[in-house]
Amino acid sequence: MRPIPASQLMSGRRRLAGALALIVVGLCAAHNARAALQIEITSGVRDPVPIAIVPFARAVAADGGLDVAEVVQHDLEGSGRFRALPRERMPAAPTRAAEIAAAVWKGAGSDYVVVGRVTAIDNGQLAVDFELLNTLTGARLAAQRFVGAASALRNAAHRVSDVIYQKILGVRGAFATRIAYVAVDGSPPAQHYQLIVADADGANQHLILDSRLPLMSPSWSPDGQWLAYVSFETKHSGVYVQLVRSGERRQVSARAGVNGAPEWSPDGRKLALTLGGSGGNPDIYILELTSQELTRLTDDPAIDTEAVWAPDGHSLYFTSDRAGSAQIYRIAAQSGAHPTRITFGGSYNARPRLSPDGSQLAMVTLDNGAYRIAVQDLASGTVRVLSHGRLDESPSFAPNGATLLYSERDGERGALATVSTDGLTGLRLKAPQGEVCEPAWGPFSP
Amino acid sequence: MTEKASMRRVMIVLLVAASVALGACAAKRPVAAPPAPAANEAVQGSGAGSANAAAGADEEAAGPQAGLLATHLVYFDFDSSEIKGTGTDVVAAHAKFLGGHAGTRVRLEGHTDERGSREYNIGLGERRAQSVRRALLLQGAADAQISTVSYGEERPAVPGHDEAAWAKNRRVEIVYLAQPLPPK
Repeated sequence: MRPIPASQLMSGRRRLAGALALIVVGLCAAHNARAALQIEITSGVRDPVPIAIVPFARAVAADGGLDVAEVVQHDLEGSGRFRALPRERMPAAPTRAAEIAAAVWKGAGSDYVVVGRVTAIDNGQLAVDFELLNTLTGARLAAQRFVGAASALRNAAHRVSDVIYQKILGVRGAFATRIAYVAVDGSPPAQHYQLIVADADGANQHLILDSRLPLMSPSWSPDGQWLAYVSFETKHSGVYVQLVRSGERRQVSARAGVNGAPEWSPDGRKLALTLGGSGGNPDIYILELTSQELTRLTDDPAIDTEAVWAPDGHSLYFTSDRAGSAQIYRIAAQSGAHPTRITFGGSYNARPRLSPDGSQLAMVTLDNGAYRIAVQDLASGTVRVLSHGRLDESPSFAPNGATLLYSERDGERGALATVSTDGLTGLRLKAPQGEVCEPAWGPFSP
Repeated sequence: MTEKASMRRVMIVLLVAASVALGACAAKRPVAAPPAPAANEAVQGSGAGSANAAAGADEEAAGPQAGLLATHLVYFDFDSSEIKGTGTDVVAAHAKFLGGHAGTRVRLEGHTDERGSREYNIGLGERRAQSVRRALLLQGAADAQISTVSYGEERPAVPGHDEAAWAKNRRVEIVYLAQPLPPK
């Protein structure tokens, strides 16, 4: 079976790639199919919201066996902020809000009940209807329908989770988003690298690129259509951009020396890059993608790298050891600008990432001999260490700013982990075999 | 190499990669010729591309093996690019060999241990490779004989997550290349 295009949404976009490319891809991708990441909740809030997600009425012939309510339950519990009522303890099996006896569900300990239906409609499309009821007030908080192809049913389930999360917690959910990461199999020195895109819950994985030489630093374009990344496939570093849906790709930099750390500008037209040149001194540049025009931002004998754009696109943050140890600096996005140092605590602060509202700076910090994920409030300068590992790295904000995704070393193996920016909830995403690292959380889908 | 020539080489490599991918699949289903790459540097890829290019001009050779030349590894202290101890003698031996074999080429591959952020480690690995490059140049090798690449922490020599493993992973590998420099 051909894998579902990674970017397939409920709108049912068509693939652009030619039929021949599809045959090649289909066979190779099926061969390289990976098992889903396994989720383990590592911490949750003390008083999670009690909710009952009743199994949806199903269109059995058409829905491919996907249990929508189970996906929603998985999403909400994985956030660490909800506790779902086990199905065997449910007092009834309603599929419409009108059938819900609120007092009975309140008696079973649930403050909220979710019911819904999957029905086959015209053109082989499916409709997912769901309703959210508050059992304390009896109020119906949401009633919505998502329509799309059967192949996009999982995405519809994540969209149901997004709405529930927003209605109850007041923050837009980020379940219907995707993540990119690098999977590494094999033992040194014979390792094998794969760039993967998956749903934010680690399921529905798609192979983007496969290589015997390292792949690193995936970065999403703001519209979620492209990934930029570094590949060493030519035994030299190169920066590539690749259309996630079709696989079409372009090499955008393979200059002498280091080509690294691509990061898309908020307007999607430029990449920040680290270029080393033949002299081997990494500095920050901006590459305009259409014109290929290159602007040099920094010129210092230190290592300047890992640039990331502020959400307004006017400035960038980057790592530099110009003061003797790695610290984070900010610089205006124009030639000749002077950087300002941003981090002062400790001997190592690197790999900056900005929250979507631009107020928080996530980074890797050396904390009591361990590399951990910390967040600095840019207005007050206050730093909070959020992770507890020994070799945590590559922090990436969820598009709603509520959660950070990063990589950690769990025993001998690299895994992905999340922590909420309030530090209260976390989970681990582990591959059944091999290591996963360098996660990048994609933007909201339209 | 000019930018244009470099691009052309990459195009060829990607074409080879595409045909390798086709070959791998052709056993299961007959397919026609691979799609031609579009104009400019765009390449018709696939939903799941393969970047396993065939070996090109950068193919490796065993290199000299006599005495100190059998050692192709130079090790470094944490967060340092200073060549020291036996590393000094190893680099001197390779510099002398390169000075006496003007057509021979090497690629210096810089590596770090796994601590710290990945792209920053690419910078550190490059600094180590450049340190060895400068030492080779000072002792008789020519610039055209040497290229560098940094893999940072991405290609450890040994597994493990303790000081013993880290010490083996902080290194520069002197890789001899099969294709000689064109005669002057």
